[in-house]
Amino acid sequence: MNYLVLVVVATTCAYLLAASALSPRVNYENQSPRPTEAAVDARLDELNLNDKTPLAERWMVWAGDVVTGDFGKTVTGSSVNDQIEVRILVSLRLIVAGVVIGATLGVAVGAYAAVKQYGWFDQASTAAAFLVLAVPAVVIAISLQVVAIWLNGLMSEAFGIPQFFVFNGERTPGLETGFLGTVWDRFKHMVLPTIALALGQFAAFSRYQRNMMLDVLGSDFVRTARAKGLTRRSALLKHALRTALIPTVTYFTFTFGVMMAGTTFTEKIYNWKGMGSWLIDSIATQDVHAVAAVSCFMAVCVMAAAFLSDILYAWLDPRVRVS
Amino acid sequence: MSMSTERAAAPEAGGQRAPEARATGRWGSVLLQLLRTPRVVFGLAVIAVMTVMAWVGPMISPWEFGERDYANFLQPPSPEHWWGTDNTGRDVFVATMVGLQKSIIIGLLVAVLSTFVAAIVGAFAGYFLGVTDRVLMWITDLMLVLPSFLILAILYPILRNQGWMVFVGLLAAFLWMVTAKMVRGMTISLKEREYVLAARFMGVPAWKIIFRHIIPNMSSLLIVDATINVSSAIIVETSLSYFGFGVQPPDVSLGSLISVGARQAVTHPWTFLFCTGLLVLLVLAVNLIGDGLRDALDPQSKRRS
Repeated sequence: MNYLVLVVVATTCAYLLAASALSPRVNYENQSPRPTEAAVDARLDELNLNDKTPLAERWMVWAGDVVTGDFGKTVTGSSVNDQIEVRILVSLRLIVAGVVIGATLGVAVGAYAAVKQYGWFDQASTAAAFLVLAVPAVVIAISLQVVAIWLNGLMSEAFGIPQFFVFNGERTPGLETGFLGTVWDRFKHMVLPTIALALGQFAAFSRYQRNMMLDVLGSDFVRTARAKGLTRRSALLKHALRTALIPTVTYFTFTFGVMMAGTTFTEKIYNWKGMGSWLIDSIATQDVHAVAAVSCFMAVCVMAAAFLSDILYAWLDPRVRVS
Repeated sequence: MSMSTERAAAPEAGGQRAPEARATGRWGSVLLQLLRTPRVVFGLAVIAVMTVMAWVGPMISPWEFGERDYANFLQPPSPEHWWGTDNTGRDVFVATMVGLQKSIIIGLLVAVLSTFVAAIVGAFAGYFLGVTDRVLMWITDLMLVLPSFLILAILYPILRNQGWMVFVGLLAAFLWMVTAKMVRGMTISLKEREYVLAARFMGVPAWKIIFRHIIPNMSSLLIVDATINVSSAIIVETSLSYFGFGVQPPDVSLGSLISVGARQAVTHPWTFLFCTGLLVLLVLAVNLIGDGLRDALDPQSKRRS
């Protein structure tokens, strides 16, 4: 119940803030030829975006629609719901690939680094994680673009391979090359943003998993398993890693939810039309309903992630029961 | 009534003090441990060098920050322009040093402000519990759920004319919540300690107990978190500045320089590489110090490092 109240209040706050600070009227007043004020008012009334209507009244209309599952219309008059449907899938494609690859690699590296504590692998992976964590997502995304341009040039000169790394949108518009061609095209567009997301996840998960694994490696049950005759490999994989993965799985769940809400920078830099880039675009176009919808979506993602990670933790760890 | 005071060991025969008596209490031993940790020494050295560079650099450069060399647009590094020039003929070295100044100041101010807010909110929630706790933690949860980028992006254009200090306040407003939750948890356990109970029975007001006994005994957590918040603030500032919601001209920060340099990164890499390199070094150094501090102050994390 508390989660639901928080989502409602957060969405309401976002709507009220957007409706009072943004001015959809600007979009119409900047048109050429400039429409009359009466025409602009009529259009804004139709969209429930007229700043001459009291804010409370606009909110009541909007909230009434949201209760029935309708987030209203964008500044251009298209349905916000239709946009959400398309954009969620775009974000999801990117996040699933990025988070799964990053988390899997991170967990593997972190666990192995813990087993080889203070060895060269541990030192190297820790240094790499620290370095990646020190680089803002924006800088990672831009740097990858710069490297990609350089590699494209290199591959073109050396092997005659045309542009391999593509970083503008999630597909080439108007491309007709059949099923395999389309898959290959989408893959090429996905490589860089996926690496950009996966790098950050790799760094976070490797540090987290290393700490969890080190906590477990010193436990009595691991020593007992070895004393009972289990091989080192078996004790590490079946006992230590399985136990150390419990908090990591819940962390993964939470991260995934938060990522759904927060790939803003990667999406925008690589021009993917997902939920994150929509947030920036909707602020730029003074689109109140889109801003409120994205905020609601983000709040739901964060709350769902927190809720699911709590439940998952209680389910995976028999010592914990969430009351 | 600090719990960390130690009685100095009696001088040994011949007036020689026992070696362990030389340590000046807990903070002395923490400092010694930090200075024995290579990553912390590296972090401190990097920050010291960068801070000196940031403030001394513009003084020793032949170019002023606002000065333009109209004969040299987008020129590569040379003896005349050490780090080259940008698309307006501005000296990249001077601009980067001024940007570094701003990023360091923003990072420190945001960290101090957000940690201060976190300490007060968390301590009051944990000490009073009941309605106070419910209200404060509900606000904390709400702040965690609200997309901070959205609010900063909407509010900042309205407030941008009031200078970058407003930006510092807005950034700090979104970095205190997680720390506040941790402080609350620690306060709940600290309020049952003997010295807090003694103060309560002596009739010391609640606010005095919080500021004199509870918050000072969480100083280790707060110092570590403040350090981490420095790098968080710098990273958030960079991201916001990239989209034009951060530090506004004529002011510059590393974030706003990266934003401009990114557009020319392929053709004129010096406009992007120097500011990016310094930003990464700065954040890395702060993170290394934060990690070392955590190891020195938190016995649990020592065996994990």
